[in-house]
Amino acid sequence: MVRIRRFEEEAGKLMEDGKIPGALHLYVGQEAVASGVMEHLSNQDQITSTHRGHGHLIAKGGEFDRMFAELFGRSTGYCKGKGGSMHISNIALGMLGANGIVGGGPPIAMGAAFSNKFRKTKDVAVAFFGDGASNEGSFHEAANMAALFKLPCVFVCENNGYGEYTSQANHQAIVDVADRAAGYGMPGVVVDGMDVIAVYEAAGAAIKRARSGQGPTLLECKTYRYYDHVGVRGMGLTYRTDEELEIWQKRDAIQAFEKQLVKMKVTTKKKIENVYARVNKDIEAGIKFAEDSPFPEPADLLDDVYNTGGAS
Amino acid sequence: MSEAKKQEPRKLPYVAAITEGVRQVLQEQDNAFVAGEDVGEAGSVFGYYQGLLKEFGPERIYDTPISEKGIIGLGVGASATGCRPILDLMFMDFLGECMDEVANQMAKMRFMFGGGATLPVTVLTMSGAGMNLAAQHSQSLEAWLAHLPGVKVVMPSNAYDAKGLIIAAARDDNPVFVVLNKLSLAMACEVPEEPYEVPIGKAEVIREGKDLSIIAVGRMVNEAMAAVKPLAELGVDAEVIDVRSIQPFDTETVVNSMKKTHRAVVVHEAVRFGGFGGEIVAQLQELAFDYLDAPIARVGAPFSPVPFSPALEKVYVPNAQSIVAEVKKTLGL
Repeated sequence: MVRIRRFEEEAGKLMEDGKIPGALHLYVGQEAVASGVMEHLSNQDQITSTHRGHGHLIAKGGEFDRMFAELFGRSTGYCKGKGGSMHISNIALGMLGANGIVGGGPPIAMGAAFSNKFRKTKDVAVAFFGDGASNEGSFHEAANMAALFKLPCVFVCENNGYGEYTSQANHQAIVDVADRAAGYGMPGVVVDGMDVIAVYEAAGAAIKRARSGQGPTLLECKTYRYYDHVGVRGMGLTYRTDEELEIWQKRDAIQAFEKQLVKMKVTTKKKIENVYARVNKDIEAGIKFAEDSPFPEPADLLDDVYNTGGAS
Repeated sequence: MSEAKKQEPRKLPYVAAITEGVRQVLQEQDNAFVAGEDVGEAGSVFGYYQGLLKEFGPERIYDTPISEKGIIGLGVGASATGCRPILDLMFMDFLGECMDEVANQMAKMRFMFGGGATLPVTVLTMSGAGMNLAAQHSQSLEAWLAHLPGVKVVMPSNAYDAKGLIIAAARDDNPVFVVLNKLSLAMACEVPEEPYEVPIGKAEVIREGKDLSIIAVGRMVNEAMAAVKPLAELGVDAEVIDVRSIQPFDTETVVNSMKKTHRAVVVHEAVRFGGFGGEIVAQLQELAFDYLDAPIARVGAPFSPVPFSPALEKVYVPNAQSIVAEVKKTLGL
């Protein structure tokens, strides 16, 4: 969680400073979801992510150097600079891509789950998507097919209360996205997405169910993004109140978990400080790696449009 | 069986050539499967998967819900993770239901991932008018696909090419759309029993001529061939080229033909405006302008949805007569 939080904070600053081109959708506030779910997955298990995808890749084992390099548009990035923030991915880690299309991920995760079943592996595919994506037809088709074929698939809805700039109350007539599971014949579970242990436990049950051949689950994690849909500004937004943000920040997943661990004497404040120091060092090194890396050559442009049989 | 009879070439209709191509792919590739609407129990509404469910079982042939986003998404996810899916998009018109999965996911995933993903997925889909199926079951939308970097698009005009292009598509490590034609289903020609490939990206000169090149796409190849005799009666010796693959497009074969004949007519069933024919014409004038003795003509459907009434559909779909008429204009006859 700390790795995600610090990565996103720094990435946001770099975007503000004009060092990272394009648009970033940052995951700050939602860390408990990616962290709690990914704890159960190996590199062979697949995920599909969203436009807010850095946290998912980090939790899946993504390294800061290649991630920053991708955000900087450098050839050493996970996608050789061709994907950027919205398409960051790494097949070797089972990360089948952030996705610039809201609702783009669920059908692909369903396909990966189909493949797992077809190839008789024990791997599970997890689709992350938002409350906004739960209104896209692609989610519904994927959910129906995953349930019909009893695929090893888990649909994790990160309900942060907003589809881009539109509140959930203004984009759907339900409160719990998990209610939609009933329409497909799969369990729907609601969990506090600001509580990493709660997410971990609920995701564990859903993933175990999928892995043992019992089919998909829709797991809804109630969470909140501290920043705007794009960029780092969190306060003074037209479509939500500062008070609402403050209420959620008081329940910050990282702070709550740190407090809990200290109280339980699992760790100490000093040790937690060391975690931050280590993460900050990694971030510094990652940014340096990115800044020192070359941009792709113009001649690289047409590589990778098709598989021509050569090494990629 | 007499020796002579044994050597008699086997003829198969287009529909059976499709079946045989898919069957041989399933035999050859353990990680291949077929998924689509009505492909299993029904053997497809066009009949070209007949018998495959019985032969390969429900673990290779999957009836899916009517969910085109789901079908294409399934193919993207499965092909990126070690399978070689053969997807069926029953009518090409249904592309509208899954264009995000085609255009934004399937076509771009490899590039967006910096080459990190390989998508060996084949999509069989049915195009074309002529059966009074009206505006939403008769279109030729191949130009939509050819405009997408990352997918390949082939259009077999006959049974031999249908089988060979399906096998080539399934062996290709890229997304390939095999755009079939429903009026061609009963058309038979010689089809070898063993598996073979028709190369993707290669056009074929199917009739040599010296006066003019008719460059035809999909089923229009057969209309172009039907125009050869009436044209000969007018003293025109037409060369006919079957484009076969529109993405990648075989520029060389087409340009060489026009350098020889100095005149060309491009023919497709799709709406003429903005159709793939415009691309062919543009390439010809860029690469062989000095060889041109007349403006390059185009034959395509009028700028209208496909009409239902047989009386209207008949005038809507290009045919040998409209090709002859266009050739006559080009040659000033």
